[in-house]
Amino acid sequence: MTGIEPVEDFRARARAWLAQTMPPFPGQVEDRIGDARREHERGLQRRLWDGGFAGICFPAEYGGLGLSAAHQRAFTEESGPYDMPFHLNIPTLGILAPTLVDYGSHEQKLRHLPAILRGEELWVQFLSEPSGGSDLAGCLTRADRDGDVFVLNGSKIWSSSAHVSDYALCLARTNWDVPKHRGLTMFIVKIHQPGVTVTQIRQLDGSMDFCQEYFDDVPVPASDVVGEVDDGWTVASRLLVHERNTVGGASTYTSGRNPGRDETRADADLLAMVREGGLAGDPHARQLLAEARIRQLVGSQLVTRVAAGMGSGALPAPAGALLKLFSATTVMRRCEIGLELAGRAAVTWPDGADTPGRRLGEVSLWRQSLSLGGGSNEMQRNIISERLLGMPREPAADRDVPYREVRRGPRRHGDGVSRSRPSP
Amino acid sequence: MGTSAPDVARLKGDVAVRYHTRVDLELTEDQQFFRDTTRKFLAAEAPVSWVRTLEDDPAGFPAEWWRRGAALGWTSLLVPEADGGGCVGPHGLGDLVLVAEEMGRVISPGPLVPVNVVAAAVATGGTPAQKEQVLPGLLDGSEVAAWTGPALVEAVPEADGYRLSGRAEPVEAGAQAGRLLVSARGPAGPLLVLVCPHDPGVTVTPLGGLDLVRRFAEVRFDGVPVPASAVVEGDPATLALVACTVQCAETVGVMERVFEMTLDWLADRWSFGRPLASYQALKHRVADDKLWLEASHAAATAAARTVATGDEGAAEVVSAAKAWIGRHATDLIQDCIQLHGGIGVTWDHDLHLYLRRATVNRLTYGTPEEHAEGVAARALGDTA
Repeated sequence: MTGIEPVEDFRARARAWLAQTMPPFPGQVEDRIGDARREHERGLQRRLWDGGFAGICFPAEYGGLGLSAAHQRAFTEESGPYDMPFHLNIPTLGILAPTLVDYGSHEQKLRHLPAILRGEELWVQFLSEPSGGSDLAGCLTRADRDGDVFVLNGSKIWSSSAHVSDYALCLARTNWDVPKHRGLTMFIVKIHQPGVTVTQIRQLDGSMDFCQEYFDDVPVPASDVVGEVDDGWTVASRLLVHERNTVGGASTYTSGRNPGRDETRADADLLAMVREGGLAGDPHARQLLAEARIRQLVGSQLVTRVAAGMGSGALPAPAGALLKLFSATTVMRRCEIGLELAGRAAVTWPDGADTPGRRLGEVSLWRQSLSLGGGSNEMQRNIISERLLGMPREPAADRDVPYREVRRGPRRHGDGVSRSRPSP
Repeated sequence: MGTSAPDVARLKGDVAVRYHTRVDLELTEDQQFFRDTTRKFLAAEAPVSWVRTLEDDPAGFPAEWWRRGAALGWTSLLVPEADGGGCVGPHGLGDLVLVAEEMGRVISPGPLVPVNVVAAAVATGGTPAQKEQVLPGLLDGSEVAAWTGPALVEAVPEADGYRLSGRAEPVEAGAQAGRLLVSARGPAGPLLVLVCPHDPGVTVTPLGGLDLVRRFAEVRFDGVPVPASAVVEGDPATLALVACTVQCAETVGVMERVFEMTLDWLADRWSFGRPLASYQALKHRVADDKLWLEASHAAATAAARTVATGDEGAAEVVSAAKAWIGRHATDLIQDCIQLHGGIGVTWDHDLHLYLRRATVNRLTYGTPEEHAEGVAARALGDTA
């Protein structure tokens, strides 16, 4: 490993460069990202690229720096005081780009990875379908081969910000005569093209980030198959590993703090409720406040442990499910604590005001989203018990059955959501 | 390894599961060897069946057995080489938590926490005379010392020293100790004083308790005169960090072993024609238990690291570990008892011995609630 810059030298160089180049951290970054902020972040990513600090753990051959996780950690630590392209981390840099690194062809990587690292391409994943979420391998979107192209038909759902993204990794069925896991293929799909319709879904908190896509005879070149035809499950499984690691906070491909995990604001809101609500002398309130803080601390310690364990090989990749489950259950508990401390302040506020009580009330409505997105808590518990602890797998009626013959329930496309497909 | 990995693998049939419940993070080769030596010694010389025979032993451990543990280094890790001690890894505390974890796995007897706390206090802040008096006996295991804990008794200044008044309990190994390190409140702040249990005015009363072999005592000080030469430089709060860190490691060892026993049980026990381990309702609970265990391990490791390196956030990290591990240890074990069924609440099954140790550890050197209060005070910027 000669010739690699020592971490501390790299850190010092990064510190100086950050101070000269990056704007200060704006205090808070909303989860709901607007167009202006997105373009701003693309620009920040471009600055990282121009300064030679983009893609620290990505292969040098494809525009990255080819450095170690320790270099990335050092950079993230140094970047604390600065504004960073936080939202490019999830899903583009942490989930999709690493999957391309693992399974993309040389040509695909050359075409996309440098563009991603320059902030020019935003990516999403097209995995879940309206017919079912947890049974990912049971997907019904089909891709039928026609010479040099595959023709894509079907629908995908729960893709974050697909309407403003550029490319997707899309899992589709290419073979109906084999068991479900063996008939899937992963494709690179350009989102904005004829035949692809993207609609936004209004979430309960009013946000419009989630999308549903419809494919009508969309031609996908065979050269955009990632991995092997009919081996898309291998690629999808790897993508899910990257997703768990990124969402859990253990990815080596993301740079800068993860605003989804940045609980400074939530902490401040809890503190404000205790102080302003006259609860500073209330032993019960103090216990609740401490519980939130302790969960946050222990959560970050768990990230350190699991990341180190996976890095050294002492823990297998499914250990990422521990981080995902801890994050999700922590959010559930923190939201409960928030309501308990806020009381009626979470119900009403001066009209138009943004108060801690309002934020705690609104975020509590949303609390199960992290327990659902990226694999539900139930799926994480399956992964932990079956793949980490080796307990017997759930019996599956569709195992070893050609997918054509698998029973799919009375309403194949029913998802219980009253939302009609847009007319073309 | 003595873990359940082969049993779990058997369950999966043709798929080989190479999974370890233990994750050894960044242990040096020397540390691994050191830990393995302790593990082998405990497996041979402190099986749980033997621990059970000590139930009525007044000390809870045979003196000769403790001397052999000391010969393995159990009491010398926090003492510098110059004073006759020595450690294996970069920090003695990092080695000591390995011993504690192994002892937890077999719910071993032995005054690991008090002896090491007193040895560390004297080695760090003792006078040459104190070191000469106290350390050799602790290092070779021929003597035991006790620490009265983080709560303070009163120290009223006198012409040549102090007069101690108050009561400390529960004091671990208080009735077995040849020497007591007392945390006291003097006019200039907290201080540490060395006292002999036979000094006039000192009354040591053995207490009954939840743990089968861990003994505690009440120690009363009725105007006990101590010379200035008995004062040891140092802060009781610092000793509390060490005690809590070692205790957390022991509890994690307790949790880990109970979790392994439960995985084995679920694999071996069949109901309705299938192993218990195949029921999703149970698998999901095991997954939660595993999560709590790994988080506890992470918290204990963080505590050891921050205390060993003198990190300024150590007090908060230790309190977080005590609060998290204390509650989750008993939650995990009680859940594992439930997963065992009726056998889990019998005297003959070992589970209750582990539950006893975890419960005692949860409630000593500060309860989860007391440590949580410390975390809240820090967050609110007050000390109320």
